[in-house]
Amino acid sequence: MRNAYLEALYDLAKNNRQIMSLNADIGAIVFDKFKADFPDQFINFGVAEPNMISAAAGMASCGKIPFTYTIMPFITMRTYEQIRNDVCLQKMNVKIVGVGAGLVYSTLGPTHHAIEDIAIMKVLPNMTILSPADPLEAKKATFAAAQIEGPVYLRLGTSKEPTVYQHDYDFTIGQGVKLKDGKDATIIATGSIIHDALQAVEELEKEKISVRLVNIHTIKPIDKEIILHAAGETKAILTLEEHNVEGGFGSSVAEVILEGNCPPVKFKRLGINDCFCSFYGTHQELKSHYGIAKEDIIREVINLYRQKGN
Amino acid sequence: MGEITELENIAQKIRKKTFLMIFHAGSGHIAPSFSSVELLVALYFKILKIDKNNYRDNDRNRFILSKGHASAALYAILAEKGIIDENILNTFCQRGSILGGHPEAHSIPGIEVSTGSLGHGLSFGTGMALAGKLDKKDYRVFVLLSDGECQEGTVWEAAMFASHHKLDNLIAIIDHNKLQSLGQIDNIVSLKPFADKWESFGWGVREVNGHNISEIIDALEGVPFSKNRPSVLIAHTTKGKGISFMENAPIWHYRMPNEDELKIVLDELDIDESELGK
Repeated sequence: MRNAYLEALYDLAKNNRQIMSLNADIGAIVFDKFKADFPDQFINFGVAEPNMISAAAGMASCGKIPFTYTIMPFITMRTYEQIRNDVCLQKMNVKIVGVGAGLVYSTLGPTHHAIEDIAIMKVLPNMTILSPADPLEAKKATFAAAQIEGPVYLRLGTSKEPTVYQHDYDFTIGQGVKLKDGKDATIIATGSIIHDALQAVEELEKEKISVRLVNIHTIKPIDKEIILHAAGETKAILTLEEHNVEGGFGSSVAEVILEGNCPPVKFKRLGINDCFCSFYGTHQELKSHYGIAKEDIIREVINLYRQKGN
Repeated sequence: MGEITELENIAQKIRKKTFLMIFHAGSGHIAPSFSSVELLVALYFKILKIDKNNYRDNDRNRFILSKGHASAALYAILAEKGIIDENILNTFCQRGSILGGHPEAHSIPGIEVSTGSLGHGLSFGTGMALAGKLDKKDYRVFVLLSDGECQEGTVWEAAMFASHHKLDNLIAIIDHNKLQSLGQIDNIVSLKPFADKWESFGWGVREVNGHNISEIIDALEGVPFSKNRPSVLIAHTTKGKGISFMENAPIWHYRMPNEDELKIVLDELDIDESELGK
């Protein structure tokens, strides 16, 4: 996703000199081409993220369109009040781009994991939150972020995410994507973990359970319609996120369903179960250890399906 | 009447209006506002060249009140400049007013940046100054900070960044009244050696008496203080300046006078009792 983001940013910067790539000393090599071709549109702020965000707001107030970029916990938590007061309160056209969603920086440990960012970013008024599933979607989300005049938080993975979208499609902010239709249950997910969900859905098909898969690439504003249709039509919802279940994406989906006057729905949030993740290994190994891997998804869908009386 | 005398008269008028606004509202920061009055007058009536016709121009000089708790004094200034309506001053902090205890940019004409939380303004101003350099504009960015605010780490993040990028169009002005909310800065977390700190961060430094308008103007007309460097004006001030019992008394950071104290204020600020009801 990181490279897809950079390709999109390169195109944006080429066509609009107001686009600025701001960075807090992260991304060796990958920014080289951008720096070489647009030296006036790239600034490394050093290891000082709060200053980067406030300065980005100041630049935006003078017409610049800053894309600020660093590892996710540092760009969301170290800078939180700067994002709140200088960007969101004043509706500044600043893009907050975090790299390393969820547990993707597995071996770097809990300081580098991002499992609270959705919760804290979604409570900020005026913020749009984009959470792409694969590189193609990351590219589209970057272009879409530039189109919005106002704050955007872009939640990226890192590199080598598997492909979710086999074909081109229309990306519209605020509109979820039905990746697969199904009638027995729906998985509503966000981010690169959608790929695990796709695999789970294929295996569940073999068990004769027909599962709908919905990708929510815009966490805020959330697509209520696609959620309520899924709830009404399949009556079983599993939300899936690489994030703490507390206050996370699944909570947003639950709120939509509860306020949506749905018929009774079986519902479960699958995510990291309110703990820091100090287990080391590969990204996939961490997902398995913390119960958000393909097998966990399959198990939870079957549970919901049975609860419906099957 | 000489220009400086005229500006001193304006400063006195601003103190009076600021007090009346805060007294009428029953809340606000009198003492921190009063230590900034001469700085604001020098800026708005001599240095910034901002008026009601140009305050939105792309090429305008920018001013950020990073010590947002001095908002009342700034509102009085904006009214005096005709940028906001004089008649709304007495709505300060009251139901439905646009004039809050900390200034908000989206609702108040002439306010560049919403402030209130300390340690944001210099970074924000750094971004404005950098944008000005990139776009080859001539405007300058002035940021008024409190001294206690300089305990915030972001102030020094911005200071490092601004000197690295040679932002000679950025001017920090520090209202150095030596007090913070709970007492003397020196007894809480000292900033000393203050001027040396800025100097070592690569800034051009000057120090003035922050209540002497002509000294302030002389200094600010000479920016940048050092070639290719951002400038910092350390303005030595007295918190609560103009009301004898509030001067240098930490307790007056955020407090209303009682009946006896009020009599002294009216006398010292030359306010008629009938003006209180307005």
